[in-house]
Parts: sequence; structure tokens; C-alpha cells
Amino acid sequence: MGERKALGGSTLGDRVAYFGVFTALALIFSYVETLIPIQFGIPGVKLGLANLVIVAVLYKATLKEAYLLTVVRVLLAGFIFGNYFSIIYSLAGALLSLSVMALLKRAGGFSVIGVSIAGGVFHNIGQLLIAMAVVETFQVVYYVPALLIAGLLTGCVIGILTREMLKRLVNLKF
Amino acid sequence: MKLNLKEKIDLQKKDWILIAIIVFVAGLAFLLHGLIGGKGAGCVTVKVKGEIQGVYSLAEDRVIEINDGTNILKIRNGTADMAKANCPDKLCVNQRAISKNGESIICLPNEVVVTVDSSENSEFDAVAQ
Repeated sequence: MGERKALGGSTLGDRVAYFGVFTALALIFSYVETLIPIQFGIPGVKLGLANLVIVAVLYKATLKEAYLLTVVRVLLAGFIFGNYFSIIYSLAGALLSLSVMALLKRAGGFSVIGVSIAGGVFHNIGQLLIAMAVVETFQVVYYVPALLIAGLLTGCVIGILTREMLKRLVNLKF
Repeated sequence: MKLNLKEKIDLQKKDWILIAIIVFVAGLAFLLHGLIGGKGAGCVTVKVKGEIQGVYSLAEDRVIEINDGTNILKIRNGTADMAKANCPDKLCVNQRAISKNGESIICLPNEVVVTVDSSENSEFDAVAQ
């Protein structure tokens, strides 16, 4: 994180407040997504609007907070909109996705869009791995091309949106 | 497969390399599947929690109750389609019918996997535990 001018400093109180706002935002996006299911013709593929907040936090806050937000968001969204299975799959996808995004961001040379694309792709790969473990079959490999391309496209959309969001949050730091 | 990006989004060189790799791997996986998965009416293997429940020919039309009726599979005109499932998301029901070797319908909540194997080529049986 650069030592740029911050909107409200970063005391513990500020961080807690921002964290709450971002958690609420991620939850709202999860909810909006259940309202508008964007169908890609492949079962289980979603736009992943909540990922928008995760990517933004990855760029605006520390990695620790991004991980914490991911876990909190997946658990809350899972309890409210999903079920036991959806929590497991979401968690696997989201954590792998965030780890890869953090690595690419640290590696440098990637734009927000590139990082987000990797996030989208690895979100799908994480879920696929869990699916393989649960159903004890390798047949799900059949979905790999579709999931990769879907992750690429959704990651790209989320990347562009996050970029626009970050442009408008230059002064925010927590 | 060209992406429609606005010109003011300046993607870095590494981004394009990443995109190229993803598209390449996806294409490769697609081609591999095309090579392995031949056409022709074979049979469907129904597995519940990783255990084979039954193997049914795609040649004859029938309705199969899986897992004491949690899922209902219909075989018609050489294709298999999940007609009913008691799970909340209904992803398996919404999925299109399968007929090609290697294709599968999976109902994750009930841990039901339906896969197509051609009758001669049953190498996948060795993979299943």
C-alpha cells in the first residue's frame, strides 16, 4: 500500500467501519446476483459480482483484510442465500481465486483486469477441484474449457468494473 | 473469441499473455475431449457417492429412478436427461441431455453422477474408485 493521503486516516475505528461497509457491499452484490441470474448456458456459472468488492479490497487494503472479507462474505451469503454445499464450493473457489490474484498482483505487470481474469478462472478451478473430490470422478474435467472461458469473460467484466470503482476511490485507504 | 474491450482500458502485455494462455489451455482441453470422446450410442453409468449404481444402454428408452427417487433420469432417442431432482438448485435438471462419450450430468447435492461411456471404450471404469 502506498503512503498516499487517506480520506480518514487508518485508525482501528476507520478500518472496522470500512470493513463493515465492504462486507455489506459484498453481501448486497451476492443478493443482486441471486435476483438477476445471468445465464451463460453452463450450469453453475455466475458473474461473481461480489468478487468486485474482493478485488477492490485487495487493492485498497491489506491482504489479511481481503482474506477475512472473503471468508465472512462467503459464510454470510451462504447462510442467507445458499446452503451447506454452496458454502463449501464458494469458499474453495473464493480462497483459491484470492490467493492467485494476490500472487499476480505481487508479481507485478498485470492490470486490475488481468488480476481479475485470473481470479475468475481460478474461482472456477477451485470449485471444479472440490466437485471432483465430492463426486469422486474425473469426468468433470469435461467442463474445463467452458469453465476457463467463462472465468475469463466474467473476470474481464469484473476487472473492468473494479477498475472504474478504483478510479473513483483514489482517496480511500484503509 | 476476441474480447470486446473499451479502448481506454489499457491492458498490460502480461494480461494478454495470461488471456492467451487461458484460451490456449481451454482450446487444448476442448480438443482433447473431442479426441477422447467419440460419438455413438453407448451406455450411461450412474454413480451415487462414487459407487456405481447401474449401467444402462442409451439405445433403449427408459426412465430410471436414482437413489430411491431423489433423481429421475430419462433415456430417450439415444440421450440421457435428468428429468427430476429434489435438490434446491436444479442445475442438473436444467442441463441439456447428454449423449457423447465422456459427457456427464452431475447433481452435487445428491452426489449423483451420470456419465456416458461408449460400449467398447470403457477405460474410464478403471479411473473410478
